[in-house]
Amino acid sequence: MLAEFGFGVLLISFITTIYSGLAAFYGVQNKSSALVESARRAQLLIFPLLSIAAGVLIYMLVNNRFDVAFVYEVTSKSMPTYLKVTAWWGGQAGSLMFWAWLLAAFTSAVTLRKWDRDLEFLPWVIIVSAVTLTFFIGMNIFFENPFTRFWTVNGQVIPSMFPPAGAEVFTPQDGNGLNPLLRHPGMVIHPPMLYLGFVSYVIPYSFAIAALITGRTDDRWTRITRRWSLWAWLFLSLGLVLGGRWAYDVLGWGGYWGWDPVEIAAFMPWLTGTAFLHSVMIQEKRGMLKHWNMILIILTYALVVFGTFLTRSGVLSSVHSFANSPIGPFFMGYVALTLVVSVALLIKRWPELRGETEMKSMLSREALFLLNNLLFMGILVVCFWGVISPLASELFTGTKITVGPPYYERATGPLFAGLLFLMAVAPLSAWGHSTIQTLGRALWKSAAVAAVITVLLAIFYTQNGYALVGFFLIAFVISATTHEFWRGASARMSVQKENFFTALGRLMGRNKRRYGGYIIHISMALMAIGILGIEIFQMETQGTIAAGESLELAEYRVEYRELASWDDFDSGVNYTRSVVDIYENGIFIGQLFPRIDYYYDSQQNMTIPGQHATFRDDLYILLVDWQPVSNNGATFKIYVNPLVNWLWIGSFTFLFGLIFAAWPDKDPADEPVRRKVSHGNKQASAAD
Amino acid sequence: MKTKKLPITSYWLITLTIVLVLAGLHYKTAFAQDTAPTDDEVNAIAKQLFCPVCENTPLDVCPTEACRQWRELIRQMLAEGKSEQEIKDYFVANYGARVLAEPPRTGFNWLVYIVPPVLILAGAFILFSAFKEWTKPRNAEAGTGQDDEAGVPSSDDEYIRRLEEELKNRK
Repeated sequence: MLAEFGFGVLLISFITTIYSGLAAFYGVQNKSSALVESARRAQLLIFPLLSIAAGVLIYMLVNNRFDVAFVYEVTSKSMPTYLKVTAWWGGQAGSLMFWAWLLAAFTSAVTLRKWDRDLEFLPWVIIVSAVTLTFFIGMNIFFENPFTRFWTVNGQVIPSMFPPAGAEVFTPQDGNGLNPLLRHPGMVIHPPMLYLGFVSYVIPYSFAIAALITGRTDDRWTRITRRWSLWAWLFLSLGLVLGGRWAYDVLGWGGYWGWDPVEIAAFMPWLTGTAFLHSVMIQEKRGMLKHWNMILIILTYALVVFGTFLTRSGVLSSVHSFANSPIGPFFMGYVALTLVVSVALLIKRWPELRGETEMKSMLSREALFLLNNLLFMGILVVCFWGVISPLASELFTGTKITVGPPYYERATGPLFAGLLFLMAVAPLSAWGHSTIQTLGRALWKSAAVAAVITVLLAIFYTQNGYALVGFFLIAFVISATTHEFWRGASARMSVQKENFFTALGRLMGRNKRRYGGYIIHISMALMAIGILGIEIFQMETQGTIAAGESLELAEYRVEYRELASWDDFDSGVNYTRSVVDIYENGIFIGQLFPRIDYYYDSQQNMTIPGQHATFRDDLYILLVDWQPVSNNGATFKIYVNPLVNWLWIGSFTFLFGLIFAAWPDKDPADEPVRRKVSHGNKQASAAD
Repeated sequence: MKTKKLPITSYWLITLTIVLVLAGLHYKTAFAQDTAPTDDEVNAIAKQLFCPVCENTPLDVCPTEACRQWRELIRQMLAEGKSEQEIKDYFVANYGARVLAEPPRTGFNWLVYIVPPVLILAGAFILFSAFKEWTKPRNAEAGTGQDDEAGVPSSDDEYIRRLEEELKNRK
């Protein structure tokens, strides 16, 4: 009964969605504000409806309703309740529904907040969102129904929504259980973050399309969606970082990023989203690049859907893809359709989107931003092609090929280096015009600091050329950006007679986006330290040792003490836990417990590393194998991952920077207006 | 063209290698017992190969039983004195090119390597021709003077300008 109810609600929300889209469309066409209002109210209904359907699903997940196929697939009796709730997005059908639920929430937020202000755009925003929602809810209803139940017909068990003739409900004893890799706190937040990022990009896209259709092709849509795209970017970035951390902690291969197609699927919209964040500033400041911003947001939307398609359709089988379903062609069709329609609209408005300004110098900020966009697009091309060519090869030649890390590293390395360079240089160039002289004056000190650091590193740390180039660029970014903070703050200090911290605080508070952006740049440089460290200096060794024996790697010695194996019947897991002593340069520094968890329900192993983390490096120990009988030999794989923790430190400062940049400003009307600019008048200081 | 003369140590090394290889072949079983390949030697090769069953997982870290056996196979082949290249060739012959981390540079696969640089260069070309177009001074009436700040300077621009100005005045 409950399953039917859930499905019924889903069906009603589907119909409501279609209605809201159609009503908005006819309302706009016939200038009927009553119809548009009706569409809006229908839109506002979708979120509660989907919430009810989701509530029903979660209720069944939590209460072991194994007669429901989805519940059977992703939960088992032994799972703790919080995991049963998060199993909602642990499988195909549920995660598609989760996607739709988030989008319904966001669209409601948009239509509720500034309805009167954005009246001309919002009907179209409702339409775009309704089309997207129709697609996702339709996917749930026609292909991936989370409410399908098991039925016994003539001794055979079949899954079906509606009971076949003479069938009885079949309830399995226990569920399959969630893939153990997904039973991790990281997995609890990583997919929602990623999805939040994915879904939030639908909103700026909807406004862009609304702008194209209504012909209001000025900056209005970018100004309305500026904060949306920042938050979308925040969620997507967080999703990526959390995914990396999860992989590092759970997948047991000593890394956080394997250039797996599914990782890249989430990375591609991030690339266009990041390019968009930058290029939209050029439009705001210089009135240029309106076409390009449209293209970027359309691409981002297409890549969001494409990314969901890659991860959900089973078109690639990889570590993440635990799914295989018939929805592929529909997804592809939808991506193609939205691309064609969006591009057609763009072409229609092409002449109206012409830029207003000319460019004055190849070293101006806008020119460097364009270079930044070129590099991001370059990385996108490399990633897209790397994901597509194995599929193309299989399709056209019948042979499967792997395009793995060496391809990506070689191709993207120089592009990332270029981005770091721009990160140091571009913020110091001026809008409009910069010359070699002005740029050089602004930058030579930072470059000198970076050069000194690089020389020191060359003497004391490494002679690896790639690493030194990387470290130079990182040091350049950090010193140039910190110099900017210092320059601004010291100007205030001398003019306003403030102390350093007040000056710095007020300076940053006055221009959150600018200084938040700088914090993000510094964070990216910190993260680059970690990436360089693990990419270039990672060390590993593996060996089988008896109790009392040890393995050595870098400064570390790992001595095997003991191993125990036991069943935990409540959680249905067999734990094999080893104890090793860690010595650094001969001094005992602690014990680690690398272990292997075997999940009986899904018959899968999970390798949990023992980790000892410092700013210098991570000691990362995996239990690979052990002798079950004699219990005195075990195989360990040991990694030393230099500098990798800077990646996580950078992620935290990044988060801080982004929240800082996206934090709402006080309403401008509240701020005292002191706009008199005269050279002699210290009161009208910029730092005011 | 003169051929470079190999230094005398090279001859010694070559001879030594030949002797060792011959010895290895001769006393294969006994020899393998003494110098069983280490896990690190096995992993060094497995790292360059991808699991033939679970896609996109390097063989050295793949946790499946099948992959454990493949690693054992590498160990066995190493013990038999096979070179890294021979082992890789063996895997390609048996499981196809997909076991390699990158497709071999032949035929259709060239597209993998050629398309991205071509597209990036095309992008760069388009961008730079656009630059040229944009930096061309427009007709005289468009520019009203040297310090013509086209577009409406936002409060941010204004702020930065004043900030710069103050910094200059300080000196």
